[in-house]
Amino acid sequence: MTMYPRKFDYVAVGSVAEAVEALRATEGAKVMAGGMSLLPLMKMRLLSPTTVVDIGRVPGLDSIEDRGDHLAIGALVRHADTAANELVRTHAPALATAASLTGDVQVRNRGTTCGSLAHADLAADQTAAVLALGATLVAQGPSGTREIPADEFFVDTLTSALEPDEVLVEVRIPKGGTGSAYDKLGRRGGRSDYAVAGAAAWVERSNGTVTAARVALTGVGTKPTRARGVEEAIVGTDGSASAIEAAARRAVEGVTVLEDLYGSEEYKAHLAEVYVARALAAALG
Amino acid sequence: MKISVTVNGTRYERDVEPRTLLVHFLREDLGLTGTHVGCDTSYCGACTVLVDGRSVKSCTFLAVAADGAEITTVEGLAADGELHPVQEGFWERHGLQCGFCTPGMIMSSVALLEENPSPSEAEIRHALEGNLCRCTGYHNIVLAVQYAAAKLRGEQPPPADWEEVGA
Repeated sequence: MTMYPRKFDYVAVGSVAEAVEALRATEGAKVMAGGMSLLPLMKMRLLSPTTVVDIGRVPGLDSIEDRGDHLAIGALVRHADTAANELVRTHAPALATAASLTGDVQVRNRGTTCGSLAHADLAADQTAAVLALGATLVAQGPSGTREIPADEFFVDTLTSALEPDEVLVEVRIPKGGTGSAYDKLGRRGGRSDYAVAGAAAWVERSNGTVTAARVALTGVGTKPTRARGVEEAIVGTDGSASAIEAAARRAVEGVTVLEDLYGSEEYKAHLAEVYVARALAAALG
Repeated sequence: MKISVTVNGTRYERDVEPRTLLVHFLREDLGLTGTHVGCDTSYCGACTVLVDGRSVKSCTFLAVAADGAEITTVEGLAADGELHPVQEGFWERHGLQCGFCTPGMIMSSVALLEENPSPSEAEIRHALEGNLCRCTGYHNIVLAVQYAAAKLRGEQPPPADWEEVGA
């Protein structure tokens, strides 16, 4: 058996503006960077775009820049590069870890951080990290660019806030806070493959007291989502093991837990608590 | 669409349909059948090749997107009739049973050793997480990579564990 996508037209664009124009002018066109999410869907014929708009050759999108108060990760930065980058490891360890646990070596060599975010899989890794880090996503469309807060970006399962004629050109990660971390249970055991459940945490601690926190879950509900009950519970505490334990108990408060092939609602809720506690402990460590 | 790629040092120009996957281009257009199609869902890694020096899964890669790229397949490793140290390692340490996953295992191992000449056992296993062996021959695959790593460093490969046990 051979799995081929349905026929489509292919255009390798030289700029984001060209990509936006191709997306605007062509009904059913889809943008591709590494293709690690798009091509499997096309091969399984769950998706059959009329045209694939390949941004893989657009210059200037493959760098991670230090812009003073934030890092900017371009649309063609591969998972492997996000994971290995010193700036990301220093200022956003949750994202570096999430990128290092995305897919496998070959997927990380080809797939992009922005591509994974735009795909908005409910069990992806870096989605939770950008939520916890309070990132901003920059979309370019026919009328220019707009900034979308991570909290508004993940709309539903496989659905982002991007319009069909918009390209995610970069994700901006604010610096600051005293620590961040990501951890998960993978579908193939250990940390391999998509998350059965995973959690990212970002914290700010001053004079021993947790003054701010953002915690996000992936793999647990219909989309990556903030665990606001945990955030409320951990802020104002000393971040001790018992404070973490108590806060983690609120992991799925307000979250619609989704049963899937990898676990029941009860199991997922349990894992959410476990991984929230681990991510918080690592971020506070 | 016309594309031009360099595969194992030879430049090819071919006309391909946009939906042609790189693995089929290599196997069917160029006749390089050393690269295998395993799961076809980007899990198993049997189709692993190097594109511009990085390991990728060629079943999840459009041939048109490889236009202008330098590609290395398993056929490109041996030189002048001499096996590449990684190939030699798989031979010497019996790093295969049925052999179907072997081309991909070898390409991932080559990529690993270029990046990290002295990987630990855990690092080898982690680097091969994208390559599945349905015979479950991972133990000897790890030995094969350790053999190759030593050879590439110009050192004497460690004895196989069965040699130690049987000695």
